Amino acid sequence: MNHNRRVLLKGTFAAGATGIAISAGLLTPKAVLAAWPKAAFEAKDVNSALEASLGSSNHTASSEIKLKAPDIAENGAVVPITVTSKIANTEAISVIVAENGTPLTATFNLGATTSGFVSTRIKMGKTSDVTAVVKAGGKLYSTSKNVKVTIGGCGG
Amino acid sequence: MAKSSIKVRAKVKKGEAKVKCLISHPMETGLRKNKKSGKLIPAHFIQEVTCEHGGKTVMNAQWSGTISKNPFLSFAFTGAKSGDTVKVSWVDNTGKSDSTEAKMK
Repeated sequence: MNHNRRVLLKGTFAAGATGIAISAGLLTPKAVLAAWPKAAFEAKDVNSALEASLGSSNHTASSEIKLKAPDIAENGAVVPITVTSKIANTEAISVIVAENGTPLTATFNLGATTSGFVSTRIKMGKTSDVTAVVKAGGKLYSTSKNVKVTIGGCGG
Repeated sequence: MAKSSIKVRAKVKKGEAKVKCLISHPMETGLRKNKKSGKLIPAHFIQEVTCEHGGKTVMNAQWSGTISKNPFLSFAFTGAKSGDTVKVSWVDNTGKSDSTEAKMK
């Protein structure tokens, strides 16, 4: 009898807690079920990719975005890049490699208390401009850097 | 304890947490050919990475296959303190997923 009561109470508490959490917005499925923007990632040109991913292809160059990337990437399969945005209310950062078949490499959606900083490693098919596009306050800003890719691994 | 595909290091300095993750994943674009058979290696890459702290999503990354194999990812957020837990999870295009929790130093 005791065991059954325990199981029932445990179940009720769990269900109750989950219910409260959902209504409190803590378990909002938005992050998990966010649809992967297929159109953006399959777009073959930069403007379509930006429109599908960040909602617009109008961006202004900004000196408040720092894009760190090697001048020459010895290995196009692993190119380290770091984007730092000093623009207030940075909500998203997209990385675009113009000469890749599908230019949009990644989009980072940042929370309200998240800093405008991302660092990762990307693949580049050949020498290309790498552009970091920042969405802040509904507007788009960008900075680019040309990265040379020497295919062949050992720089030769 | 099952081995996770995600390694997380997180440090809090002056209220800002810097998180570094290294994920084991082939990140195949679907454009490479198997040298022996000549057949295309099917696309297999992480599409989404999420980091949660204090019940909120602090970072959600949408990726394509052009993120490098065994992806490295680093980002930062405020409002954290040492000892807090962060949760990092990923979902790939085949529906597989993994997640791990780590304590911030």
